[in-house]
Amino acid sequence: MTAVRRAPPATAAAAALVAGLAVLPLGYLVLRASEVGFSRAADLVLNERTLRLLGNSLGLAAATTVTAVAIGVPVAWLTTRTDLPGRRALTVVTALPLAVPSYVAALAVIAAFGPRGALARWLGPLGVDALPEVYGFVGAWLALSLSTFPYVTLTVRGSLRRLDPALEEVSRSLGATPFETFRRVTLPQLRPAVAAGALLVALYTLADFGGVSLLRFDTFTRVVYVQYRGSLDRSGAAVLALVLAAVSLTVVAAEARTRTRARVAAARTARTARLVHLGRWRAPATALLAVLAVVALVVPVATLVTWLVLGAREGIDLGETAAAAGRSARVSAGGALAALVAAWPVAALASRHPGRLARWTERLSYAGYALPGLVVALSLVFFGARVARPLYQTVGMLVLAYLVLFLPQAIGALRTTLGQISPTLEDASRSLGAGPLATARRVLLPLVRPGATAAFALVFLTAMKELPAALLLGPTGYDTLATRVWATTSEGFFGRAAAPALLLIVVSSVPLAFLALRDERA
Amino acid sequence: MLLRRTLTAAVAATVALATLAGCSGDDGPSLTVYSGRTADLVGPLFDRFEATSGIKVKVRYGDSAEVSGAVLEEGDRPKADVLIVQDAGNLGQVNDAGRLAPLPQAAVDKVPAEFRSPAGRWVGLSGRSRVVAYNTDTVSQADLPATVDGFTDPRWKGRLAWAPTNGSFQAFVTAFRVLEGQDKAEAWLRGIKANEPRVFPNNISIVEAVGKGEVDAGFVNHYYLFRLRAEGRAGKAENKYFPAGDPGGLVNVAGAGVLQGSKKAADATRLVEFLLSDESQRYFAERTFELPVVPSVQADPQLPDIEKLAKPEVELAQLDDAKGTVDLLTRLQIL
Repeated sequence: MTAVRRAPPATAAAAALVAGLAVLPLGYLVLRASEVGFSRAADLVLNERTLRLLGNSLGLAAATTVTAVAIGVPVAWLTTRTDLPGRRALTVVTALPLAVPSYVAALAVIAAFGPRGALARWLGPLGVDALPEVYGFVGAWLALSLSTFPYVTLTVRGSLRRLDPALEEVSRSLGATPFETFRRVTLPQLRPAVAAGALLVALYTLADFGGVSLLRFDTFTRVVYVQYRGSLDRSGAAVLALVLAAVSLTVVAAEARTRTRARVAAARTARTARLVHLGRWRAPATALLAVLAVVALVVPVATLVTWLVLGAREGIDLGETAAAAGRSARVSAGGALAALVAAWPVAALASRHPGRLARWTERLSYAGYALPGLVVALSLVFFGARVARPLYQTVGMLVLAYLVLFLPQAIGALRTTLGQISPTLEDASRSLGAGPLATARRVLLPLVRPGATAAFALVFLTAMKELPAALLLGPTGYDTLATRVWATTSEGFFGRAAAPALLLIVVSSVPLAFLALRDERA
Repeated sequence: MLLRRTLTAAVAATVALATLAGCSGDDGPSLTVYSGRTADLVGPLFDRFEATSGIKVKVRYGDSAEVSGAVLEEGDRPKADVLIVQDAGNLGQVNDAGRLAPLPQAAVDKVPAEFRSPAGRWVGLSGRSRVVAYNTDTVSQADLPATVDGFTDPRWKGRLAWAPTNGSFQAFVTAFRVLEGQDKAEAWLRGIKANEPRVFPNNISIVEAVGKGEVDAGFVNHYYLFRLRAEGRAGKAENKYFPAGDPGGLVNVAGAGVLQGSKKAADATRLVEFLLSDESQRYFAERTFELPVVPSVQADPQLPDIEKLAKPEVELAQLDDAKGTVDLLTRLQIL
């Protein structure tokens, strides 16, 4: 291991600036919460219900995270390292569930597994007349697991592509089977990436509202929304949101602890690993991924298609929907790019110059992501209307919101990849006379590209379906696919929601397909 | 190098877009509306106003509580000129924060006193009655209780649906507290809770579940039935209206106000007046199946007349204690 070196001042300053942006919502919450008297704050927080809801939230987050890892890691390995047929298509298909808004995933779960759903209709004639209750924990767990496992897949893929295949080859040559090699050699090296993906899943679950409210599972985030929507009680909601933030940042700290114990072998080459031949496992592996694709993507899409048929008689405004798709794609790409640029110094600090500064800038960067979306959007309304007036209600404001909301997705993917690149490569470049920027461009960027690609894709997909910020912070009248879906479903016009929701999935698949293919060639 | 170029490009693009967005507003008179009602429901009215007045209307659509929240966060530097929301409660809260400007008396007088703010800061635009949606296969007319109290009877155990997080439901609970007192409201909530109602996220999903027979009856607003029928998804659902004076039949309104600090107050007032015109009121009756608030306009023939419906005996402006209702529902572990 190389000794820890002091962070360059420019990197440290940039990271601190980024962390400052990310804690804007927290600052707003502290301001609002301070307006509540101590006794009301205590009433709101210190009761049996709070404990029960926190238990529900943490239980759901734990179950969802374990499931997402159990699905996500094998999918990443099968699509990057094996001769699975249709790998590239499956790469795209297994990432797409991220583009399904969680309330659409929830509606699909109800349509498939609900009391009068498809499964009940198929099993009915076979004498099965009672399915486990889908509403509550089971449904929320299913819907969230199926829509978040790509966080793990995408983060792990980026890391898998940077692993030094030599270690695995040694393991194989010493007689270990491919699966033993995966378990004992590959998996330990993937641990930081798995943990980073798992953290994204856990925090997403803690902050989700759409899915849990449709599936009627009581979580802490749902209560924050109820407090706000019911009575516009900004201060009461802020007190509760701060509790959630404290819990989430504890989870972030816990993840960081597992990381310090994990040692990562730095890749010294960018050589691509040889593909594992699945042999007789080919068919079952393909079947498994096909089932996953059906449940996580085909069922939601089929649900939307039935809506489309219902709505067709009212007519669909294709021109307007296409224009909204363009706006969605542009602003999400802008947000993804901004998050990527902002994540760089934080990730560089965390992976290269561990220490108190790195620890704190990284942890604080998670603040926006760990809060309910509505809370973050309103905090930025406050900031925009009073401080950043020229930026307020412009596309730039929306891009800033996506940076604040989704920064951790980019940091997670970038940091794990940067951590795999030995600093000696940079040292060599510098000693041969290249400046810091030339080194970044010619040495670091090519090596970090898979991670950067994953980071971009994660933020882009999440931004595409984001709602509260899109409604409150963009230019007036700037409707996107997500706001169009919201506008129609909230009043029960499901038929008209289908076209924008389907287009949301299609538009999301285009950059994913492009990135996946480029990734293959790289 | 690449990094710096990317960064520069991103900054330049942001600035360019921000400038573009800033420039587009200078072509003739315009108004900005924050609307808690969706474009499907009120968009055609804004188009019509633009055509007749020559004033361009820029609308930010969102959830009622969310756009009201944005108004509160913007404080004395509002971006919007007019606020339109689903629920009189939200208007009351925004008004309590001092964010609404007085409306001209002529406009205020068009609306019956119970459907507007006493000080003339906001007016109702269209009414919605609380009803019970029931499944005609599993519930006969004779089985239905005459008042909303009847649903606390144990024979309704396991057959009901409600949406306690929904704003209209909470407004109904507030009305119950105002009309019959805190104790009776609490007793009713306990009674319904003992019947183990299924919890839904909103009205529309209740009406759909009632139509499919997943539940026998649910507490909702009257118009969802008609909207689902228009999409062919109402199934066997039907509405039960309550008699005058029953809190179960509260008529709430979606309404509007002009924001304090708006620099276009005159044009903003014109828009509110337009929304109270016979033409707009007929639109609410025919297109959204709501109840016109201006007495000269008739409701859709499928609906009972607003006058015959629960004359609520409570002014909507009195329903401003939403916090008390949220606290009550929380204490009873309903929320």
